[in-house]
Amino acid sequence: MTSPLCPLTTRRFFFEQCGVGLGKVALTSLLGADLCQRAAAEEQTDPMAPRMPHFRPKAKQVIFLFMAGGPSHLDLFDYKPTLRKHDGQPVPPEVLAGKDLPFIERDAALMSSPLKFARHGDSGAELSELLPHLAGIADDLTIVRSLHTSAFNHAPAQIFMQTGHLQLGKPSLGAWVTYGLGSENQDLPAFVVMNSAGGISGGAACYGSGFLPSDYQGVSLHSQGNPILYTQNPPGYDVKLQRRSIDLVNRFNRRQLERVNDPQIASRINAYELAFRLQVSAPDLVNLDQESPSTFEMYGIDSEKPSFARNCLLARRLVERGVRFICLFHKGWDHHADVVGGLRGICPAVDRPSAALVRDLKQRGLLDETLVVWGGEFGRTPMVENNPALNRKLGRDHHPDAFSMWMAGGGIQPGQTIGQTDEMGYYTVEDPVHVHDLHATMLHLLGMDHERLTFKYQGLDSRLTNVSGNVVEKLLI
Amino acid sequence: MKKFLCRFRKSCANGLGSYCSGSTGRTLVVILIFCGFYSSAANNAVSQQDHWAFRPPVRPSVPAVKDRLWSRHPLDPFILARLEEKGRQPAREADRLTLLRRLTLDLTGLPPSLQAITTWTQDRSPNAYQKLLDRLLASPHYGERWALWWLDAVRYADSNGYESDRARSIWAYRDWVIDSLNSDMPFDQFTVEQVAGDMLPHASIGQRIATGFHRHTYINEEGGHDWEQFRWESIVDRVNTTATIFLGLTFACAQCHDHKYDPISQREYWQFFALLNNVDEPFLDVPTPEILHQRGELQAAIARLEASREKIFPLQNGPSEQNEKDLRSQQIERKFAAWHQRESATANRWSTLEPVRFVSQMNATLSALEDHSILATGDRPEIDEYRVVYKTGNKKITGFLMEALPHPALPRGGPGRGSFMGDGGFALSELVVDLATQKNAGGGAAVRRVGLKHPVATHQHKSRTVELAIDGNRLTHWQVNDRIGQAHWAVFTSKQPLLLQDEDQLQVIYLMNFIHQQSLGRFRLSVTDDDKPLALPVHPREILDLLMTAPADWSTGERQRLRRYFLSVTAELAECNQNIRELHAQMPPLPTTMVVAERKQARPTHFHHRGEFSQPSELVKGQVPFLLHPLPKGEPPNRLALARWLVSPQNPLVGRVIMNQSWLQFFGRGIVTTTEDFGSQGDLPTHPLLLDWLATEFIRNAWSLKTMHRSLVSSAVYRQSSVFGSKDTPWDPKNQWLARGPRVRVDAETVRDIALQASGLLNSQIGGPSFFPPRADLNKGDVAFAGLQWKVDQDGNRYRRGLYIFRKRSAPHPALATFDAPPRNICQVKRRRSNTPLQALVLLNDECTTEAARTLAGRVLREGPPDDDGRIRYAFRHCLTRTPDEAEIADLLLFLREQAGRLQTDNLDALAIAGGENAPQGDTLHQLAAWTTVARVLLNLDETITKQ
Repeated sequence: MTSPLCPLTTRRFFFEQCGVGLGKVALTSLLGADLCQRAAAEEQTDPMAPRMPHFRPKAKQVIFLFMAGGPSHLDLFDYKPTLRKHDGQPVPPEVLAGKDLPFIERDAALMSSPLKFARHGDSGAELSELLPHLAGIADDLTIVRSLHTSAFNHAPAQIFMQTGHLQLGKPSLGAWVTYGLGSENQDLPAFVVMNSAGGISGGAACYGSGFLPSDYQGVSLHSQGNPILYTQNPPGYDVKLQRRSIDLVNRFNRRQLERVNDPQIASRINAYELAFRLQVSAPDLVNLDQESPSTFEMYGIDSEKPSFARNCLLARRLVERGVRFICLFHKGWDHHADVVGGLRGICPAVDRPSAALVRDLKQRGLLDETLVVWGGEFGRTPMVENNPALNRKLGRDHHPDAFSMWMAGGGIQPGQTIGQTDEMGYYTVEDPVHVHDLHATMLHLLGMDHERLTFKYQGLDSRLTNVSGNVVEKLLI
Repeated sequence: MKKFLCRFRKSCANGLGSYCSGSTGRTLVVILIFCGFYSSAANNAVSQQDHWAFRPPVRPSVPAVKDRLWSRHPLDPFILARLEEKGRQPAREADRLTLLRRLTLDLTGLPPSLQAITTWTQDRSPNAYQKLLDRLLASPHYGERWALWWLDAVRYADSNGYESDRARSIWAYRDWVIDSLNSDMPFDQFTVEQVAGDMLPHASIGQRIATGFHRHTYINEEGGHDWEQFRWESIVDRVNTTATIFLGLTFACAQCHDHKYDPISQREYWQFFALLNNVDEPFLDVPTPEILHQRGELQAAIARLEASREKIFPLQNGPSEQNEKDLRSQQIERKFAAWHQRESATANRWSTLEPVRFVSQMNATLSALEDHSILATGDRPEIDEYRVVYKTGNKKITGFLMEALPHPALPRGGPGRGSFMGDGGFALSELVVDLATQKNAGGGAAVRRVGLKHPVATHQHKSRTVELAIDGNRLTHWQVNDRIGQAHWAVFTSKQPLLLQDEDQLQVIYLMNFIHQQSLGRFRLSVTDDDKPLALPVHPREILDLLMTAPADWSTGERQRLRRYFLSVTAELAECNQNIRELHAQMPPLPTTMVVAERKQARPTHFHHRGEFSQPSELVKGQVPFLLHPLPKGEPPNRLALARWLVSPQNPLVGRVIMNQSWLQFFGRGIVTTTEDFGSQGDLPTHPLLLDWLATEFIRNAWSLKTMHRSLVSSAVYRQSSVFGSKDTPWDPKNQWLARGPRVRVDAETVRDIALQASGLLNSQIGGPSFFPPRADLNKGDVAFAGLQWKVDQDGNRYRRGLYIFRKRSAPHPALATFDAPPRNICQVKRRRSNTPLQALVLLNDECTTEAARTLAGRVLREGPPDDDGRIRYAFRHCLTRTPDEAEIADLLLFLREQAGRLQTDNLDALAIAGGENAPQGDTLHQLAAWTTVARVLLNLDETITKQ
């Protein structure tokens, strides 16, 4: 069912009035028409039916490349020549007034980045030498150098970045987005998460549904073995037997529906059909046989092994299939020691596929409607972290007061660098963008007003952005 | 008109949002009053004190109804009256087997066994239903089923939550809940013991275990976090949880500002916080009988070996005339004396310093023990500094002996308080000794630093060695993170001998600044005036002191002790002593559980501006919100008073809130649908009089949950058929007026339990440590930060009930999560119930279904009748309780034969389907495989996983 854009009506109106979705259509073929109509009328809205946003969206889908651990903005995106001048000198005491620094002494020296920075593209985006592939698509990116957040430790900061709250039990970004917009693809989960370097500090809370219905929780796409859990038949069951089993289950369930008239049974019948389709589409999703060698080359995929590069390619395939929200977690950015060596280790595995993903989306005409966001939960200190007991040298500690991210596609004005930090890269000084602002902007691009995307919980119309958040107008086309 | 207004009010209220109020709101109120619609709702907005839920419930009289025959229980007319108002009739009673299944699921969380079905079918006596109720309420599975409700509310889990999400041991609390529900502990007592059991006079172990109620908060173990911040956040969580469970209030809103809708001020939030803020968070040993028994056996064996030492001490000279026993005894004495002489000649003499003042800079609780050691308990900051002032009295000091000593109050016995990277270990960053000498009259103390050298320690981490404790660098440490549970010590020589006056004091700083909490747990400082080079003592201090005493001065007991010690170290008995050590190593520790304990020294509580940790302002005292009844008179305003206040008969909320939670469990929907919010933003009760009747009845029945549950299920309203109304226009799709019985998909854990019970796989052991069933995301390498750490139980444990599945918060069991089991990170008093394709996939393809299907197939062939029709009926009844009709049998037979045919032609792999090494051969294998496919279908039916 499609509805015209209707900017004056509230989202809740759409949710209640216009939410009869594809699932219902599918049902008509399975049930008697009148039974189905009754079921549709009685049942609450299909939670995954596509829904209209508040206003015309720029982006329909999101890929969040989440760099867990906190990449160093100072060594990647935020070049600080002045820091080089003060290299080795202690940080001015007034800067640290009232700060709690667990791993760094108060008189710790400033450490400039030894890496080379250069300007790229027509936009002149300034990037570290460790990001040569992103440099190649500089004009498609918008770099935000003025992010700041509200949490210092990994797990809370990741949960904050993914849910907009420091408290637990809140829905994640992907859950909010699928709650707001439903799904275009009923054969695959609407909100998919992938890990390429092990689990992250924030755990399942980073992709949970919180107080939203659990339909909206993120579904893990695993890189080893069967990608979507439970899509593989038990040993010995072939497709035919599975099909016949589902047919029989649904035959019983239809009978039960006729006896009992509970629309939940209609939903379950539908769910078994969708489950079968999911089983069929899942292998196709991860079957990369049709991808060309040049695609593999572009992403830097050189083996069957799980990798961030593979996940980037899968993300593109998910976008092609209409999956609403895709989150790729890649940890390994927590460089308390040897920040440069650490970055040299991790950047090649991330830089190339990230750039390839943007290129690939662009060449397929998908970038315009796909928002790509790249970044971690916080930045890193301009002061050096040296800790003999922990064998740490030339590292940087966590830094919530300033960090960088980049965005591309989906209504983002490309080729810009937004925001400034101070000379040391310690505080934001121009166009500060809080995590709430980032979230408000992401929802805006998807056609949703972050103040109107609400869910009543504990007496409150709860929001992703809590009680704050401003759309960053400078980011928009 | 009414319908329009209803929608109008709803959309306006939504439009108001939570963050704006003012004129729009007032206008709305005026309109609503004008319309005369839902006057009680309008009143809420006008005067919140008049909000229905804040008024004490008054026992209503049972309403008059037209149909005088339908009601079975006093609660029925309350439902019937509303139905009659609406011109509706209740549904007919559900058939007997449906009732049996509904009741058994509701009261035990399991489907009825075949035996129960037979008993029930044959029992046609008028009180058959009562007998069934008696049996189910007495079943030990009642406590398991209802514990599930409570464990969601208290957010019970088996792991710490953040980052590495380590396992925690708190299952004793879960078992306490099961036991308490089974014994029908009155709900007021149930509450008081959980909220403040430790404060009851002569608190029992059980009452202390119950306080684990507060301990289900997340614990941050990431290096470099602010311990106090996360402790504080856990109290915030406790305030919110306690208010939600017992009061149905959204207290959380008032953390940062006055509540926008309910009369709770921000100050009142922090006053409530103060009542819960005064706790320490220790671990309690749980004396489980099995472990106590094992320990007893080992201790007896050790005692036997120890006693044998006197008898097996090898004789040096061959057999002699003399009595062997005497000879041996003499020899031991000779050796003992020689040993004493040798050891005392090389050791230094140490004298213990008495601490006179001591303080932890980060609020750990320090207390001096009789032996002059200092024990640290209470707060466990990551970074801390103990400052201790010692009386000296010595004229000369040439060196220091610092002992780190074990203690039962420490993790794994200590000597440290380490909780990560070495439980029970410690890391001493710097040991700083200052000498404060008293000047002559008028002068203050002069303080000078004492230089230390030649550090030696009994044990140290391979790279974090004892030198690092005196290297002047606070980032390096002497760490002990293994050989836990034993004493460790180090000797430091003074660079120059100190010469002291009587009044001089030593001011010692123990600095702990490791990445994780690794502070000293119990420690003692001694000095020596020995001029000879200082050696590291090789014997524990108590033994050393005896060694340095002349034998003439030993008491008999002291002599015995030293002699026993000698026997434990002497080379002649090496083998025996090795055996003893091995037995000690086998000693199973008692399991622990997490509890709270009220602090003796009150912790100050601040008001926090904007609710932020970093913005404390003035101090506040413990108090309850003015909106509700006062704390009990004559009691100090503390956690115990709060506990009693929660279940005071004056509390207008608790009875309603808890009865509503029970109602939700039975009927799939609360009388107040916003189970978590009884404030003015919550939904109004559909049956306010009934709710008040239940609330007053609950107290009248001495807070007995079982009595109340018996009432609910005895009612005619509960016994109605759940078939959805007539075939014409749908009426009341959400069943809020209860013109039919409940029909809901069962909880995630019950989905599993039904399959296990139907197949006969279920291991019905109650309680004990959580277990690890197979999970589909195992070996996927990308699920949890520190790996899943999920060793699948291969024995019968893996078939235990879903309730006992290990709850790992960062990576919940995927099958449970798919069926809406909450991640247990916050209090949840209502489960959502989704209906998704992923659920279908779990039921079709999960290993649990596969195993259950195979086992059920085996059961059918083994125990069922010989004919296929009979077998289908047999399998069907295990899953659905009822007997299939002819059409259903025909469908299943057709399916069976089709699969049998495909198996016969090797179209399907029988061995793979029937599975396992124990699978039979030949025809039996094919038969088993065919029936496995049938069983799997039965386990997937909507009716199988539905309570209807």
